[in-house]
Amino acid sequence: MADTDIGSKTMDGMGPHGTKVGLLRVLGPAHVWALGVGIVLVGEYMGWNFAVGKGGAYAALIACWFAGILYTCVAMIDSEVTSTVAAAGGQYTQAKHIVGPLMAFNVGLYLVFAYTMLEAGNAITAGYLISVVAGMSGYEGVLDQRPFIILSILFLAWLNYRGVLATLTFNLVITAIAFVAIIVLFLSTSGILGGGIMQHKALMEGAAALPYGWIGILAAMHFGLWFYLGIEGTTQAAEEVRSPARSLPFGTLAGIMTLLIAATLTWYICTGVLPWEFLGDGVNGSVAPLFDTARLSGSDGLIWLLGIGTLFATLASANGCINDASRAWFSMGRDKYLPGWFGAVHPKYRTPYRSIIFLVPIALIFALGAPLDQVITFSILSGLLGYTFMPLNIIMFRRKWPLDSIKRGYEHPFHPLPAIVLLALCAITFFAVFLGYGTQLVAMIGFYIVVSLWFHFWRYRFVSRGAQFTMPWPKPKGY
Amino acid sequence: MQTWNYIEYGAWALSALFGLYIVVDWIRTDTTYSEDVLTSSREGELEAMTEEKRG
Repeated sequence: MADTDIGSKTMDGMGPHGTKVGLLRVLGPAHVWALGVGIVLVGEYMGWNFAVGKGGAYAALIACWFAGILYTCVAMIDSEVTSTVAAAGGQYTQAKHIVGPLMAFNVGLYLVFAYTMLEAGNAITAGYLISVVAGMSGYEGVLDQRPFIILSILFLAWLNYRGVLATLTFNLVITAIAFVAIIVLFLSTSGILGGGIMQHKALMEGAAALPYGWIGILAAMHFGLWFYLGIEGTTQAAEEVRSPARSLPFGTLAGIMTLLIAATLTWYICTGVLPWEFLGDGVNGSVAPLFDTARLSGSDGLIWLLGIGTLFATLASANGCINDASRAWFSMGRDKYLPGWFGAVHPKYRTPYRSIIFLVPIALIFALGAPLDQVITFSILSGLLGYTFMPLNIIMFRRKWPLDSIKRGYEHPFHPLPAIVLLALCAITFFAVFLGYGTQLVAMIGFYIVVSLWFHFWRYRFVSRGAQFTMPWPKPKGY
Repeated sequence: MQTWNYIEYGAWALSALFGLYIVVDWIRTDTTYSEDVLTSSREGELEAMTEEKRG
């Protein structure tokens, strides 16, 4: 056996109650921001525009802002709870401590599926983008996208395997470049710097304003989520930030503010240049709306910048997804909700290396074998189930442990209003999803019911029941 | 044979390299350290340490 400094109390991760090798606390608020915004920003570069197809440009804007309210509630609630439950696993760990084991098991699976499917979707997109670059550079054949899809997943898995600091510093750099690209495109095309090319009035008048009426707005909500889907992933860094009570709320709330700005600018830029029929067709029309807008600007510099921004946003998202899915899987393994083998930490790199490795072939199977829209839909639905859990979680948290019983790093305002608004918006979005993807929704709920039965009747006997509750909290009120 | 064909081969080769690195390191790690050390991570270390200092 190697010489491991088991007894050290000065070394990070060497804890007082049994940990010999733990995750490394090296991250700051900027890394938390990079994790959250990095996962999401690809949604500004592509995907959100299906909302325009469902109800026109105004419907997409209303969906963008309603979804913005939904995710602001998510960010505030998450910031409060996770500044108190500073452990890997994010919402899974919150559910375990606040609601109970069955809820935790389900939430853990929502997280792993949402992030792994999103990672697969991003890898498919990266392969597609490289084939577009090949076409634009004069390549006449049909480029095989598979090696680029596999390379994206394996390179990012390798990065995650080697350490969290390098992984999220890489995310910080590429996410910042992708965000700056949106700002530069806005300044260059809106008329603030040089001549503007915006044609909002001409493109949005008459029947183009709300082509399908109010039902179009409701239908657009499904894809409105795309502007912000994944910001809740910041909580997965809880066990690796130096100061969880400060960094997590700061990084998460700065992240949602960044995304509200990026989403609104994206909508403004693209709807002012691209006709709604073209913009709303994300398959045969505008696959990457910001990039298409840059192409219409006629500036080579903008085309390059937005091309790089699109690729970087895609890679940042896949990178953050690997980080988050592996932490959720690792936490479930550590508590024996899954085989304890997954709860291992690499003694040198201090990462949950077995969980990272295990999820690579799953992501590859979906990236190489499943259609993009199905992969994305499964990701959205799993995410939505997770958001529905959050309001119930915060209401129970405040009831069981009122503000004066546990010190929080952040206390979200206006409770229980954000929880009620979040629950109402989730209900609306479920209805919107049901309109477009009813079969998938029912199939997925059926899947979670089956795995819940498996957990209840079989797996729960292996769970470390006493050891899983680790927070030094007082007894919950009423118990 | 065009440049993009070479880039395709390069992508396959790099994928194999990253995959191989991960698998080799995984096997080496699992055979060098005991399972007890590798799976010793416990949740709530920071909280436990804070409690210990208070105590």
